[in-house]
Amino acid sequence: MAAVQETVERVKAIDVDQYKYGFFTDIEAEKAPKGLNEDIVRFISAKKNEPEWLTAWRLEAYRRWVTMREPTWARVSYPPIDYQELYYYSAPKTASGPKSLEEVDPELLRTYEKLGIPLNERAILAGVEGAGQEASRGVAVDAVFDSVSVFTTFKAELAKAGVIFCPISEAVQTHPELVRKYLGSVVPPTDNFFATLNSAVFSDGSFVYVPPGVRCPMELSTYFRINERNTGQFERTLIIADKGAYVSYLEGCTAPRRDENQLHAAVVELIALDDAEIKYSTVQNWYPGDAEGKGGVFNFVTKRGDCRGQNSKISWTQVETGSAITWKYPSCILRGDNSRGEFYSIAISNGHQQVDSGTKMIHLGKNTTSRVISKGIAAGHSQNTYRGQISSHRKATGARNFTNCDSLLIGNDCGAHTVPYIESRNPSTQFEHEATTSKISEDQLFYCRQRGLSAEEATALIVNGFVRDVLQQLPMEFAVEAQKLISVSLEGSVG
Amino acid sequence: MLEIKNLNVAIGGRRILNDLDLKVAAGEVAAIMGPNGSGKSTLAYVIAGKEDYEVLSGEVLLDGENVLELSPDERAAKGLFLAFQYPVEIPGVATMTFLKAALNAQRKQRGEEELSIPEFMKRVKKAGDMLDIKPEMLRRALNVGFSGGEKKRMDIMQMALLEPRFAILDETDSGLDIDAVRIVADGVNALRSRQRGFLVITHYPRLLEHIVPDTVHVMAGGRIVRSGGKELASELERTGYREYAEEAA
Repeated sequence: MAAVQETVERVKAIDVDQYKYGFFTDIEAEKAPKGLNEDIVRFISAKKNEPEWLTAWRLEAYRRWVTMREPTWARVSYPPIDYQELYYYSAPKTASGPKSLEEVDPELLRTYEKLGIPLNERAILAGVEGAGQEASRGVAVDAVFDSVSVFTTFKAELAKAGVIFCPISEAVQTHPELVRKYLGSVVPPTDNFFATLNSAVFSDGSFVYVPPGVRCPMELSTYFRINERNTGQFERTLIIADKGAYVSYLEGCTAPRRDENQLHAAVVELIALDDAEIKYSTVQNWYPGDAEGKGGVFNFVTKRGDCRGQNSKISWTQVETGSAITWKYPSCILRGDNSRGEFYSIAISNGHQQVDSGTKMIHLGKNTTSRVISKGIAAGHSQNTYRGQISSHRKATGARNFTNCDSLLIGNDCGAHTVPYIESRNPSTQFEHEATTSKISEDQLFYCRQRGLSAEEATALIVNGFVRDVLQQLPMEFAVEAQKLISVSLEGSVG
Repeated sequence: MLEIKNLNVAIGGRRILNDLDLKVAAGEVAAIMGPNGSGKSTLAYVIAGKEDYEVLSGEVLLDGENVLELSPDERAAKGLFLAFQYPVEIPGVATMTFLKAALNAQRKQRGEEELSIPEFMKRVKKAGDMLDIKPEMLRRALNVGFSGGEKKRMDIMQMALLEPRFAILDETDSGLDIDAVRIVADGVNALRSRQRGFLVITHYPRLLEHIVPDTVHVMAGGRIVRSGGKELASELERTGYREYAEEAA
């Protein structure tokens, strides 16, 4: 209730310029030369002091990539990307592996503070206690700035529980056996154009390993920030929950306002072994471009989870409000018997944004179940597509899926599209698909306004009602944040 | 209290209200009766500020202030309330959340403090008791899955909670069984006061046996064609609207 009120106030306080994370941090960066070739791949690998096998892995991906073509099946249109005009590596000069917070460039700390992501553990705990919350649990954060991780909080605390949470570049050095075993095992380097590109040039990202039987004692979070101009961000995240382990992970992202487009092509791989559970939440707020559709992030992301063990569970929750182009299908491979995949999504598009997003649930094991709840909201001149694939292998006896896919249109110049693919190769499979498309009706708006709510308050209320099932899936702190973000994203959508 | 002067309204180029004049004093319950298509609901919507209608000329004065220039929410904050013929459903929004948002939005617009939670709960309970609304219903999404009677009771409960200066009831009895009519009418009667005016729009005289009006106006062809006391309602019960059909044509 309080959150709705806050939403409403937030909407009112917002100026014309609704994207408040659009600032640029002036910090000296070390970049690789512009463009992409084998030398650049080697340069990145050398920068990270990588073992030979990884350099070879990258080069193989690169050689593969040059033979591939950008996919065109998604319902998005954008000018061709000149991959030779981008920088593939950019790191704040001062960021090279600080051991303590004192060593982190104060300019970076200020940046994260401005973004509302404090990196000072004591301050975080103080903040939590100050808020009078009973569970004074912090959230451990890995802060990734352009191509490198600048700081990871609560590492010591997590180490006590045996949880490894660190930049993937660090994990390559400290836990090469784990990285080598799992990297590319869910999204192979040959997977698709963008994932292959990422495999060749990935810069940093988070690595999480939760040992058998351990319930990760706090929420883990990575905060991605694109800062430099013309720099692609290619982060790679790898999360492994060993047998019986549990982890909840949240990623957030923002970028400065720029007239030119920025490329973001990430890969996220999740692996859940027997009886393990991974909950992965995203609040994506990349710069969406201006009112005319100029600028904004091109977001081409491959996210996939592998329920490798029996009774394992992977759950994706995403709130997508940013990016000019979104191309993203967080998926689950339900390999282990009785494993479960979930996908909860709120995708909001306004202005000239184009969203093509959804999920794949691939049922391989017996009695595997999946659930897909997607809420697409289109406003302004935006196009919002849900694309989903639900399939069952012939051995997937007893596979079940329930999909519910609702679209809401605000105004007359936007579009919502639903493209479900359903394939069943086992006669015992039960797949259910429900879909609705509706408009916020004039009658609903008038009813709310007759009771005293302004047009914007009324829209915020109706939209929050529409996305409620999904918001409930987010960790509490982030649900409130997401609710505010939704209203802000829809600013200016009511005539 | 409410004064309508020379009101002319069209929708999609078609004239609905013609030179309509009407006065309702503070403390008065005025009934508007008339055949289907006479413009009763249009009148209710225009007073409340629905955008689809084109006001060609005229004024709607609430305590001397012309409200036609105000947005629907501004009118609501000034104390205008419309109980809908068909209250809408708002999926996912708990009724309690909606009530709180509406009440506080109005208070804010009037420059009043937000209500404290205990004070708000107290008022909700009082209004709920009056309309036989169980707390369980307040946790459900607004009007979603409510029966016709529950929706109407919920609307009148909102009226009780928002305490408007002037309330319009648009066909509140339509689709209600006799017990539901009685609950709704009791709720309305409890809110009658010397400061508050009502405009009760109804097709059937039945409702007016429970909400006894001070004045009755017959509407046909987009204007008031006859006015009288409560006895006019009983007369219409016997004669029907046939004699007004010509004027509607």
